[in-house]
Amino acid sequence: MDFRLSEELELWRKTVREFTEKEVAPYDAEMDRANDLPWDIVRKMSESGFFGVPFPEEYGGAGMGSLAAVITIEELARGSASVALTLDAHWLATDPIFMFGTEEQKKKYLPDLVSGKKLAAFALTEPVAGSDAAGIMSTAVRDGDYWILNGTKAFITNGGAAETYVIAVKTDKTKGARGISTFIVEKGTPGFSIGKKEDKMGCRGSVTTELILDNCRVPAENMLGKEGEGFKVAMVALDFGRVCVGAMGVGCATAAMEAAGRYANQRQAFGGPLAKLQAVQFKIADMAMGIEAARLLTYRAAWLRDAGQRYTTEAAMAKVFGAEVAMSTCKDAIQIFGGYGYTRDYPVERYLRDAKLLEIGEGASEVLRMVIGMNTLKELA
Amino acid sequence: MHIVVCIKQVPATLDVRVDPVTHNLIREGTESVINSFDENALEEALRLREKFGGTVSVISMGPPQVREALRKALAMGADAAYLLCDRALGGADTLATAYTLAQGIRRLAPFDLILCGRHAVDADTGQVGPELAERLNLPQVTMVKKLECDGKTIVAWRECEEGTAVWELPLPAVVTVESKINTPRYPSPIGIVRSAKKPLTVWTAKDLDVDEDQIGLKGSPTRVLRLFSPQRTSHVEILPGEPEEAARALVAKLREQKVL
Amino acid sequence: MQEIWVVAETYQGRLAPVTLELVGKARTLASGAGGKVTAVLLGSRVTELASELIACGADTVLVADHPELALYRTLPYARVLTDLIEARHPDVVLFGATSQGRDLAPRLAARLRTGLTADCLDLSFDKDGLLVQTKPSYGDNVMVDIVIPRHRPQMATVRPHVFPAPEKDAGREGRVEVVPVHLEQADLVARVREVIAEVEEASKLEEADVVVAGGRGMGSKENFNLLYQLARALGGVVGATRPPVDEGWIDAAYQIGQSGKTIAPKLYIACGISGAVQHTVGMEKAKVVVAINKDPSAPIFNLATYGIVGDVREVIPALIAALGAHK
Repeated sequence: MDFRLSEELELWRKTVREFTEKEVAPYDAEMDRANDLPWDIVRKMSESGFFGVPFPEEYGGAGMGSLAAVITIEELARGSASVALTLDAHWLATDPIFMFGTEEQKKKYLPDLVSGKKLAAFALTEPVAGSDAAGIMSTAVRDGDYWILNGTKAFITNGGAAETYVIAVKTDKTKGARGISTFIVEKGTPGFSIGKKEDKMGCRGSVTTELILDNCRVPAENMLGKEGEGFKVAMVALDFGRVCVGAMGVGCATAAMEAAGRYANQRQAFGGPLAKLQAVQFKIADMAMGIEAARLLTYRAAWLRDAGQRYTTEAAMAKVFGAEVAMSTCKDAIQIFGGYGYTRDYPVERYLRDAKLLEIGEGASEVLRMVIGMNTLKELA
Repeated sequence: MHIVVCIKQVPATLDVRVDPVTHNLIREGTESVINSFDENALEEALRLREKFGGTVSVISMGPPQVREALRKALAMGADAAYLLCDRALGGADTLATAYTLAQGIRRLAPFDLILCGRHAVDADTGQVGPELAERLNLPQVTMVKKLECDGKTIVAWRECEEGTAVWELPLPAVVTVESKINTPRYPSPIGIVRSAKKPLTVWTAKDLDVDEDQIGLKGSPTRVLRLFSPQRTSHVEILPGEPEEAARALVAKLREQKVL
Repeated sequence: MQEIWVVAETYQGRLAPVTLELVGKARTLASGAGGKVTAVLLGSRVTELASELIACGADTVLVADHPELALYRTLPYARVLTDLIEARHPDVVLFGATSQGRDLAPRLAARLRTGLTADCLDLSFDKDGLLVQTKPSYGDNVMVDIVIPRHRPQMATVRPHVFPAPEKDAGREGRVEVVPVHLEQADLVARVREVIAEVEEASKLEEADVVVAGGRGMGSKENFNLLYQLARALGGVVGATRPPVDEGWIDAAYQIGQSGKTIAPKLYIACGISGAVQHTVGMEKAKVVVAINKDPSAPIFNLATYGIVGDVREVIPALIAALGAHK
């Protein structure tokens, strides 16, 4: 076993880190206040090829694989969870087009998505169906060469900002998960509109909206995957998305630990720096252990994916653990900062608000524990 | 067009101290980066290549770990990289460095333009560019903040004490650039992937046909006598209280000091 | 006997302040070592400036007066100086660390195959008569003493404002020698098309007695208005560190520090500036430094004479009010 990253991956990590420190991190507080997507940063990321990291060269990507993608998300999240989330959500929709799309669909959609010229969004969740994904209510009814889509999608990251949407709906209401199909829907399609923009607790530099489907006519050739295959499309997409959320947790926790560590080394109390106090040292130790473990889980899940192996359980582990490490690290970081940590003058309260999302989106910790538990018990049977 | 860009690898942080006992340099962290002004030079070269076609070569002198900086330059878009690496080159000051680089660059002839950063942020001399120009017997223009080129001559805007001087020079020439001249690109993922196949050539002193008296410590007229920390003793007087109270106290102090 | 040369710089018919500072310093060094100070004055119609160099401490002024030397260009200047140095063998040649000096000195050092130290902050002779040149390194985090043991001349560029301007003695005697200028065609390949004078507010920064500077801690472009109000109340000029420039709160011409301007005002007020060395290299010659920062551990307080720990948005208005009250 060799834990060293290749020269290529090391150089890419350094590049994303430099990009994040110069182009992203300085604007994170401002995007939190503005509650809006930083288009300038998205444009710069597109110019620098960020969106194409995991996709093959023939569609304009770099073909660097999942591990490179995860490193991209991790390093971006160190400067801004919002920006990392925007890219994660984009990949969540782009990857299924790459995995399940017909050659025509890939040729039509991938170049603009892989270059980042256009953003993409993935829509599964509904106002009354989140973790219970099979319980979605939106429908599609065949009408000649078209499908007519109806329903409402909720908490859709990149909603409104995206040009291309991958939307899961029921094409057969009599079936549960097997009645779901996915469609590629372009912004501007008649009957498709953007609903309420959420005023989120954190990750406020990414946009989250409702999507409204009101007799939205979508050409039949826009069905992604086969009829009834939508749940599988969603689960495959979410496996990769969850590894990316795990990486966001690693990045977010690293930022919080670094802030807390710097502060602990500088701030004087009881005749010395805070860092001399064992209570502080223990907190930092827990942060460092958690981050290292979360990173290894995340990298291994990405490695399994690149090796073509099943990784659903490992993806869920990376996501749950990474999210929880981020939460506990941010919470402890605020504690180290004391009163200052509770103010908006310091970034750690923002990190905590950002981190909370990771325990909810793309599979709540509870539902993923069910996945991990069931899969593990199956192996133990 | 063949453009040669000289780059130097420097510590990522300038946060260094001098050990009060040994007088050695204590560096915080071991990360190294390309000198920022050299990235501007490379960016300018890549833009000229986009306009005129041709090749961009990067050259550096230093220890084996400079390969990392050259790899980044290749990933940014340079076509070929050359590392002048030999124990015999160690301890060089700017004069010996410029001589060695000049010998390396001669091997890359023919070339149209040599670009350097205005100075390296660690040693902060800005001398290698002009010294290199002299050794190659080429005209120079330094600290350039805007450059135009028609393939045969260059027009260079350089800041001077009176404002901005606009120089016109025939090519080939040596140009050192300011950070204002452009914003360097980041290596793209595809650039990183492709750079793995680009040539990175290492030349030793023997490959360079150098006069041994002009390289390394032996070829360096300057000697470092000692390193020391600048004297910075803090004697700040903090004015306490609410902003209004502190502000009034400050105005009184400044009047006492007769700076108001 | 030490023969110390200073290469003079002129702008628009006047001697550069750094030239006078250097002549003054050379005079001090020469007097201690039983040496002689020679100023070399290059330009077109500059002879009459020689008397000022003598008044500042030069024993001899070598004047190279030629139409092709009217505007600074590397190669003609290097040619004239090479000829003079090779003929007369000075021990030390000093330049201002200006855009001219930093361009010319290394070209000359390479041609003469001698050593050069950049951007010196101090100069002295050791007991063997070697010039000890003190220069900053690593963004002024480290000081280095450098000597040039066996090569001559020993050359250095010296940062402006580090030595005081000398008292002028109009009665001082000295010799003015006009030297012949031989230029070759190859020296004239570069042409100066024009010099665009940019006399903007920003250029006043370097001359200002009072500078009010803002850093990232100002928080926004709007808050920068507070700095202009304070500068107006003090009759000063506004400057900035790099982050506000990067943020677009203020033009790059107002940047102080590494890759910006070096200033030496009587009063410097640092508002929301943490005090990174990249900035402080540009302001540490200020006589009185006031730091206003909400972070009591900000390094700027180590450089400050007076400090106020607090939010700039509260302290600056209070300061403006306090200044008004005293008038």
